[in-house]
Amino acid sequence: MHELSIVASIVDTVTESVAAYPGARVQEVHLRVGALASVVVESLEFCWGIATEGTSLEGSKLVVKTLPVVMHCATCGDVELEGVQSFRCPTCGEPCSDQRQGRELEIESIEIEDGQEAA
Amino acid sequence: MTTRIVELRRGILKKNDELAAGLRDRYMGAGVLVLNLVSSPGTGKTAFLERTLTELRASGARVAALVGDLETDNDARRLAASGAPVRQINTHGICHLDADMITRHLDGWELADLDYLFIENVGNLVCPSSYDLGEKIRVALLSVTEGEDKPLKYPTLFNSADAAVITKIDIAVPCGFDRDLALKNINEIRPGIRIFETSAKTGAGMEEWLRYLAEERGKRGN
Repeated sequence: MHELSIVASIVDTVTESVAAYPGARVQEVHLRVGALASVVVESLEFCWGIATEGTSLEGSKLVVKTLPVVMHCATCGDVELEGVQSFRCPTCGEPCSDQRQGRELEIESIEIEDGQEAA
Repeated sequence: MTTRIVELRRGILKKNDELAAGLRDRYMGAGVLVLNLVSSPGTGKTAFLERTLTELRASGARVAALVGDLETDNDARRLAASGAPVRQINTHGICHLDADMITRHLDGWELADLDYLFIENVGNLVCPSSYDLGEKIRVALLSVTEGEDKPLKYPTLFNSADAAVITKIDIAVPCGFDRDLALKNINEIRPGIRIFETSAKTGAGMEEWLRYLAEERGKRGN
């Protein structure tokens, strides 16, 4: 439901960052989104087209890498969960509450086509 | 023309997270225990909070509340009947409270004069889970009318909660509420979480809830 405001914030950050590269065109914006980040990837992609229209990011592509939840099991160490329906170690079945991955919501990198060398 | 990758590694909600970290420092400095109440619309957050505020005040605690809704100040008026200072935050369409709204609405309040500050979030089980308000305790509420599988349907919120409150247990039987299943589902998503079974109407479970609040307040590092 709040994907448009998230996308607007991505547009701001990328526009700010790309200012250091005069003449550069942004081709792709790479995100890392955890399975527990509460955002719908399809909705982000849909909003991306709307939010970038008429900006320097128009025509760029949003590339989203989704990350599974990783919990720390006292017996088995770091374990990856298959979904978000059960927070038990998939190996030994013990409940896990120590979370190591899954809430990420970040811009990992941008791919730009240089107009000239970075200032 | 060359194509290159520029590493950014930037949190998308960084601005909110930074503001929330600032709020957390303020709360800790003032020694006030802050709770963020989150649920669907209609779970009974306001009724539960009304009773909590009233009982805490009767015990001599200093309490205040911020309440978020898209529109109207109805909830603030209801909560203010407890005698506690209350402020309404109208988000005008935004589906969650964020740290900036909290910062602005705390203006003029002396936090050091409070023991507890409650933040009643906008009724929504999705978006509020992404926005840290600097709270010490996030409380997920679930009413007996909603279905026992709500924690499984909205795992992000229940998984990020520190305590769970089941509301309206006075009507559990006519609703056919399966208590064991609800408790199992909450534990499946957030193993070991403290669960309170309450009724704002009859007062059931309130004593245990208030004892929990006092314990948390007594812990260092609020």
